[in-house]
Amino acid sequence: MRHDHLITSKQLSRADIETVLDRAAEIDADPEAVAGKYAGTLLGLLFFEPSTRTKMSFETAMKRLGGDVVDMGSIESSSVKKGETLADTVRVIEGYADALVLRHPRQGAPKMASEYVDVPLVNAGDGAGHHPSQTLLDLYTIRENAGLDDLTIGIMGDLKYGRTVHSLAYALTNFDAQQHFISPESLQLPREVVYDLHQEGATVREHDDLDDVLPTLDVLYVTRIQRERFPDEDEYQKVAGQYQIDLETLEAASDDLTVMHPLPRVDEIAPDVDETDHASYFEQAHNGVPVRMALLDLLLGDSA
Amino acid sequence: MSDSNANDHKLRVSKIRDGTVIDHIRGGQAINVLAILGIDGSRGEEVSVGMNVPSDRLARKDIVKVEGRELSQDEVDVLSLIAPDATINIVRDYDVEAKHRVERPDVVEGVLECPNADCITATDEPVTSRFEVLEDGVRCDYCGTIVRENIAELIRE
Repeated sequence: MRHDHLITSKQLSRADIETVLDRAAEIDADPEAVAGKYAGTLLGLLFFEPSTRTKMSFETAMKRLGGDVVDMGSIESSSVKKGETLADTVRVIEGYADALVLRHPRQGAPKMASEYVDVPLVNAGDGAGHHPSQTLLDLYTIRENAGLDDLTIGIMGDLKYGRTVHSLAYALTNFDAQQHFISPESLQLPREVVYDLHQEGATVREHDDLDDVLPTLDVLYVTRIQRERFPDEDEYQKVAGQYQIDLETLEAASDDLTVMHPLPRVDEIAPDVDETDHASYFEQAHNGVPVRMALLDLLLGDSA
Repeated sequence: MSDSNANDHKLRVSKIRDGTVIDHIRGGQAINVLAILGIDGSRGEEVSVGMNVPSDRLARKDIVKVEGRELSQDEVDVLSLIAPDATINIVRDYDVEAKHRVERPDVVEGVLECPNADCITATDEPVTSRFEVLEDGVRCDYCGTIVRENIAELIRE
């Protein structure tokens, strides 16, 4: 992999993805082999939005590699409150850290920030835009459960604002994957994403009812339908029930179906699904650590 | 000078001594062309505008004549987004010194504003807007928003 920064999954080739996933598998199998590899290395965490999983998994990954993190802390306690620009913030923290992880509510913020720094910068989510490191752990989980070629995947929920969805859809164009997008009409994929998928030769199949495709799926990737996105409660209630997964829903699915979710979930996957062989979302979350260890290893190794 | 050249002068550039004639603008777009060039008449520019005049090539076209100003390549590039059929005539001492068609650039920088309120370029950050030029529109290089219609409305004031 030869990228200074990871801004979107669009920049990743199939070979890039396989390099990260293969390295993650090696680390997963023998974490001790890299335990002290990055002693003395510091990762700068700049989270301008709340985050639990992504932030903690990057922190865990860096520490398991023998390094440490410097954390900007909350927005309220940072100089952002004093009116400092993002461009200045990243230039300052670049002087402290060997790589940066940035989450920001504005789309395009990581791209802009990357133009101001020389250390590797990873986009950990930019508004409704992209979340490429999540995509790498999603792909790792899919590869382990269903394989990445000859794959039929349904991606369901809030496809409009779901940055994990956008990143995953782009990355899957590198593989022989049939993608089905299931959502209420008001939360369909942004037209820009559809345009890009067409440009990559992908066929975009959009549905408003999971029943149309569920029996054909190897993977069902569920995201939260965000109540706050709907103009009124009635509109939300009309669609919410259609996009909830429970044991009854899964009766129509293949026995081998893998159910994924970037988490946190609210009520879109019933707890009784957790005990079935379909549930892979906690495994998916755990995979964040070896995958981000692999990513940091490749980015820091390249920059060294 | 041949008769046809004389007619040419009379019909197209007779009012211009030195400056630029932008011809073959799609009907109704002349106002947007003036906006791109930052011409609103407040600085005393001598400008002639013909709108929806008959044209063999476009059926109806607009034409803009600007006295005393030669367009830069950057201006021509941006002009191409809303006037892809335009021809640019640079006039010096009543003669057309150069005549060329506009060509769409790959990228326009610092000229358009992204309509996405959540884009990083819509903030006070020190970032110059950058748009990739597509076959049928423009795309923000930062947030990916595609604009296909009313591109002139994105021109920075």
